[in-house]
Amino acid sequence: MEKKIRVLIAKPGLDGHDRGAKVVARALRDAGMEVIYTGLHQTADMVVETAIQEDVDVIGLSLLSGAHMTLFVDVTKLLKQKGMQDVLVVGGGIIPEQDAPKLKKAGISGIFGPGTHCEDIVKFIKKNVKR
Amino acid sequence: MNDITSNVLKGDSRSIARLITLAENNDPIAANAMKVIHPKTGKAHVIGITGVMGSGKSTLIFELTREYRKKGLKVGIIAIDPTSPFSGGALLGDRIRMMELATDEGVFIRSMGTRGMLGGLTSAVYDVVEILDASGKDIIFVETVGVGQAEVDVIKLADTTLVTLVPGLGDSIQTIKAGIMEIADIYVVNKADRQGVEQTVAEIESLIDITCSEKDRKIPVLTTIAKQSKGISELVDEIENHKDYLKDTKMFEAQRKKRYEAELIEIIRKRLMNLIFDESIFKDKVESLIDQISKKQVDPYTVAEEILGKILK
Repeated sequence: MEKKIRVLIAKPGLDGHDRGAKVVARALRDAGMEVIYTGLHQTADMVVETAIQEDVDVIGLSLLSGAHMTLFVDVTKLLKQKGMQDVLVVGGGIIPEQDAPKLKKAGISGIFGPGTHCEDIVKFIKKNVKR
Repeated sequence: MNDITSNVLKGDSRSIARLITLAENNDPIAANAMKVIHPKTGKAHVIGITGVMGSGKSTLIFELTREYRKKGLKVGIIAIDPTSPFSGGALLGDRIRMMELATDEGVFIRSMGTRGMLGGLTSAVYDVVEILDASGKDIIFVETVGVGQAEVDVIKLADTTLVTLVPGLGDSIQTIKAGIMEIADIYVVNKADRQGVEQTVAEIESLIDITCSEKDRKIPVLTTIAKQSKGISELVDEIENHKDYLKDTKMFEAQRKKRYEAELIEIIRKRLMNLIFDESIFKDKVESLIDQISKKQVDPYTVAEEILGKILK
């Protein structure tokens, strides 16, 4: 049996704009992935603990409040601490262009802003999933 | 004993999570681990929660878990949602209602897709119950997919089965009485702040009265408002009462045997299907046989007998 890609879609921070996260969650489901959606207002601890219990291959973070440089990086730091670098992390939302290289350096492998085609996200995940 | 198995027995979350994945993917490592784990299981009380979509199953589990955590018990939660028959993907959203539990070290939550299984469960759920049991969880909740009439497999798995309903289903209780209305150890009418709760309770009670097969125990009907944490400690008391009842009447053993029978059938079913439809020896042949069936050169019964005959030889 083919192994299914498991993805956690999480919204860290305080903004309530979850439409993008839901659209992506649905697109990944339609691409045959198992998508765990956790809802709003997640802390880095909650995201990482959920990722452990659900044994996901990918974490997708969505944030539109502007706090990505803190909250996205908190997640990747915690993943590193726990030795979970084999989890692919991608991010989306309102991310200014100049922040993207810094986020990539911090371990967010792909950044997908407004206007991204869903199939590009699917392709990216399928190509870059680490296990 | 290899690392993953011994770490599961110590209660290590990452090992538990990884072993569940291996079991879901039918990995031989999981089968070997399950052999070691089985003797260490049997202590956890397994509570199945089933009921119509939107009846508040996830919220009830969240509230019940908080109640059991107050008692210092460790809790495992298996939340099952449907897998799309078209893409094979799944959107697993039961955790949304339970996020406050995410960082509680005494709680382990796993979301699972049905992956083609009917009956409201998923094939690997028996393994996951054993894994969580062996890892030291005292209580294991199994939340089925939102059910209609026939998704009743949970009674084979659970020690105590809760059926959740909401007020205002009206005549629909009549239509579902043959399916999920026969399987409850406890009925829970959730969202009891809604109109029509007395009528719903009365309808369920009249159904219980006409199907009195279990004469020594009247099936209780409880009302809860899970969102406001109302009726939860009473529900926990009723679950404990049912547990005592199982022990006192020696039905506990019988119930567990039912689970192991279902598990055994599932393991054999999976392996047989895998042998016939996935293993390379048979696969090409099966495809050409299906081709012949569709051309009316042969009938499905003859083909089935031929395949089974080859396996049983």
